[in-house]
Amino acid sequence: MGKTPGREPAATPSAPSTAPKGPTAAAGPTTGVGRRSFVGYVVGGTSLMVAADLTVGATPAGAVPIPSLPQVAEVYDLNDFLTHCALPTSNKIGITIDESGDAHFALPRMEVGQGITTAVAMLIADELDLPLERVHVTLAPARQELLFNQLTGGSNTIISMYTPVRVAAAVARKALLDAAAIQLGALVDTLVTKAGVILAPGGASVAYGDVAADAASASTKRVKVTLKAAGERTLVGTPQRRIDALDAVTGRKKFAMDLDVPDALPTMVCRAPDLNGTARSVRNQAEVEAMPGVTHVAIIPTGVAVRARTFGQCIDAVRALDVEWRSGTVPGKDADAVLEELRKAQLPLVVPKLGATSVEAEFVFHFRSGSALEPNCAVADVRDGTATVWGGLKSPIDAQSKVAKAIGLPQSKVTVHVVEGGGSFGRKLISDAAIEAAHASKAFGAPVKLMWHRADEPRQGRVHPMATSRIRATVLAGSVISFEQRHTSVPTDFTHGLGERLTAEVAALPTGLANLGFAETIFLLTQELPYSFGVITQLLNEPGLAADRFNTSSVRNIYSPDVATANELMVDQLAARLKKDPVAFRRSHLKSKVVRRVLDRAAELGEWGKAMPAGTAQGIAVHKEYKGATAVLVEIDCRPETVNRKVRDGVTGPRVTRATVVVDAGVVINPRGVEAQMMGGFSDGLAQALTYSNHLVDGHFLEASWDNSAYTRQWNVPLEFRCEVLESDSREPGGVGEAGVASSMAAVACAYARATGTLPTEFPINFRDPLHFEPKSFVPPVPASPVDGLDHTY
Amino acid sequence: MPKHTFQLNGETVTVDVEDDVRILWVLRDVLGVTGPKYGCGINVCKACTSHINGKAFNPCAVPVSAVREDDEITTIEGLADTVDGDGLHPMQEAWLEHDVAQCGYCQPGQIMAAVALVNKVRAEGRAITEDDLDGIRNVCRCGTYNRIRDAVRTGAAAMG
Repeated sequence: MGKTPGREPAATPSAPSTAPKGPTAAAGPTTGVGRRSFVGYVVGGTSLMVAADLTVGATPAGAVPIPSLPQVAEVYDLNDFLTHCALPTSNKIGITIDESGDAHFALPRMEVGQGITTAVAMLIADELDLPLERVHVTLAPARQELLFNQLTGGSNTIISMYTPVRVAAAVARKALLDAAAIQLGALVDTLVTKAGVILAPGGASVAYGDVAADAASASTKRVKVTLKAAGERTLVGTPQRRIDALDAVTGRKKFAMDLDVPDALPTMVCRAPDLNGTARSVRNQAEVEAMPGVTHVAIIPTGVAVRARTFGQCIDAVRALDVEWRSGTVPGKDADAVLEELRKAQLPLVVPKLGATSVEAEFVFHFRSGSALEPNCAVADVRDGTATVWGGLKSPIDAQSKVAKAIGLPQSKVTVHVVEGGGSFGRKLISDAAIEAAHASKAFGAPVKLMWHRADEPRQGRVHPMATSRIRATVLAGSVISFEQRHTSVPTDFTHGLGERLTAEVAALPTGLANLGFAETIFLLTQELPYSFGVITQLLNEPGLAADRFNTSSVRNIYSPDVATANELMVDQLAARLKKDPVAFRRSHLKSKVVRRVLDRAAELGEWGKAMPAGTAQGIAVHKEYKGATAVLVEIDCRPETVNRKVRDGVTGPRVTRATVVVDAGVVINPRGVEAQMMGGFSDGLAQALTYSNHLVDGHFLEASWDNSAYTRQWNVPLEFRCEVLESDSREPGGVGEAGVASSMAAVACAYARATGTLPTEFPINFRDPLHFEPKSFVPPVPASPVDGLDHTY
Repeated sequence: MPKHTFQLNGETVTVDVEDDVRILWVLRDVLGVTGPKYGCGINVCKACTSHINGKAFNPCAVPVSAVREDDEITTIEGLADTVDGDGLHPMQEAWLEHDVAQCGYCQPGQIMAAVALVNKVRAEGRAITEDDLDGIRNVCRCGTYNRIRDAVRTGAAAMG
């Protein structure tokens, strides 16, 4: 099966393999051709295809000064590292222009709702002078030769793609102009491009489509182009609707489970009652195989897979299975036992506790599911010595490698198609469903459309690791002279393709990083306390217990929501100790002008300091990451009549009534998209502060669906939400997909502390409340679907 | 296998499937109508929200044997045809105007729920309140809730 069903045929070859492997330096800013001049390629062929090095425009790591005093993330952060890792791969991205003059680009990244296809289309449209709707962005399948450089994470897509896609588009425009000059008999310098048409001075014109074939080159040539200056762009920086919005509202947008792959029948997995338990035997296989619709039943490494005509019949079969289970990876354990392990592993604080001069606290952050609304799912066809997989995969090359290993095929025999995902939040960095689908398809000898039941998601799916953050600060003579943070976390699973690159690149990292483990490196590259607090140390420790006991992943914003919440609560404590207003205290201690700007604007827009009734309060927090900064100001209502309001099967509690988010995200491609990401990040931060967690009891998580996992719902959201995207002084784009989470969670926590007069030290704050639900059964592991739906119409 | 006949997006359809298969799977797995999404299978996430005889329902919680031949089921694919003209339904237009969708997975269900809510409130002879919006149970894991609230209001106004 060579094509992706349900998608438009990819007009761009997945890999411009004919493109020369030019030396990286030739394409980078070191060519000395000016800040906006770059080298790209017209790729040899019969239609117009252009290419640019994926690494063009990246700052060479050698140019980064290595400081002694500032924290690492201040001068060399995770995005520098991701970009640096990409440098040696020196591979190409290509744009093709078809006969109608439309542009096609296969993005080697994954769209999961964050808006990167829209932003990239805008960049191409601007540089190419083509209407936005005539730029078609699809997702590239796994391209093994890209190595590290096909991973969607760290909010790095726009940072890393910003220059390469513009260079490629500019090369295409130049090739079209050259061809038009011949056709029109005019000097190329006299021609102008507008909305897909090339105009000559006398009024003659040709459309891109009319010269696209002529613009093709028989052989590959290097071309020097100058990118447009900011002032020459008409789309970038203006609010644009997502390019897939119409498909989304009409039901036409296709996710993995919507693909029509012949014979790929619904498949589900019956999972163990214990976290990560495995199946020893099935006692009633023949009986289940005889159930209506069921075609196959087989044990796979993660449970017992069932294939049937409909998913409903899979659910019935999963419920009917009588399985002998082996115990899981944390048999009998509960959250408090894990907390004890973390406390034992905390690294010591260095500055001694000095009576009244020390301000100290420990914060606990519980497990929470990283699951998206689209469950884990993938289509797989493993037959005749080859495998084809379709899925929402953010690390498709890693998926390809792991699928190959799982089913004993060479990686070259595995084709991985990347399908747009129904959310990710870090979840889709790990390719669990693709690997399971491959196992099941191999076991059945038949194609499968494998999907997790929702109940499996919080129980067996990837979670944000539980963590503690201990902070001790010292106040002396009216100043904060030290701030120490010891973050201790259940290990985060980073085994999705980053690790190998790190090993290769470790020698090139700034001093002091080379000896650290990968998790500590990520921590140091992302955490930066933006305040002048004297001696600052922020350290991560992950206890050396088996890393795969829990299924974790880089849940949206990784460590930052927890770290920032602990920090910002502490900053409020310090302000109170020094009898300072929280905003004034922050402003006077912030090191960064960018952070001060977002703080000031949020305070102004959100009316910081206005009178609030007893039991309600404002809270404010800042965060600096992803080459930008955010400030969030919220108003929270913790009065009993609000906290105790009733919603059927819903979790209420304190309500944030108003939220103001101000972000400096560097050069902004699509402000409407940035606002959307801030709104989503806020919903995440709100849930993590107040309501959303997984309870580990007796070796398994209790939560089993959306009625158990109290993610933000309409009855929790602020009645007033406002986001302002600042004009940035930066000349480069920042990352926005995760940037809103940390400061939102922190602001809600700070507001709660101020409204109630108590410092919350455990998150979410309702973790120790009586459960709001009756836990669903573990055997069978999934609930039956109700039959009374017609009693609840409206 | 039993045959079941009902009206789907303006057409009569007949399917051969067991009585207890929920309509969501009849739509998605048998008929290939994939607009309604699976998000929980127990009528709590509301991602599959569609209409039956003009009212919102969740096909994950209704066996196919419970629908009659003249029952009219409308999924997101058929929503635009329930209003005059060749264009979209006003609620879909409102969704575009506010650029609500992020990943888009929950949005068919959100839009179908919004249309039913507006119709219900109108039948009660009143305007949409914050409490009505608070009462929308559809989960959006991307957290587009505030844009949903804005779009429901815009859509309600446009529904006249």
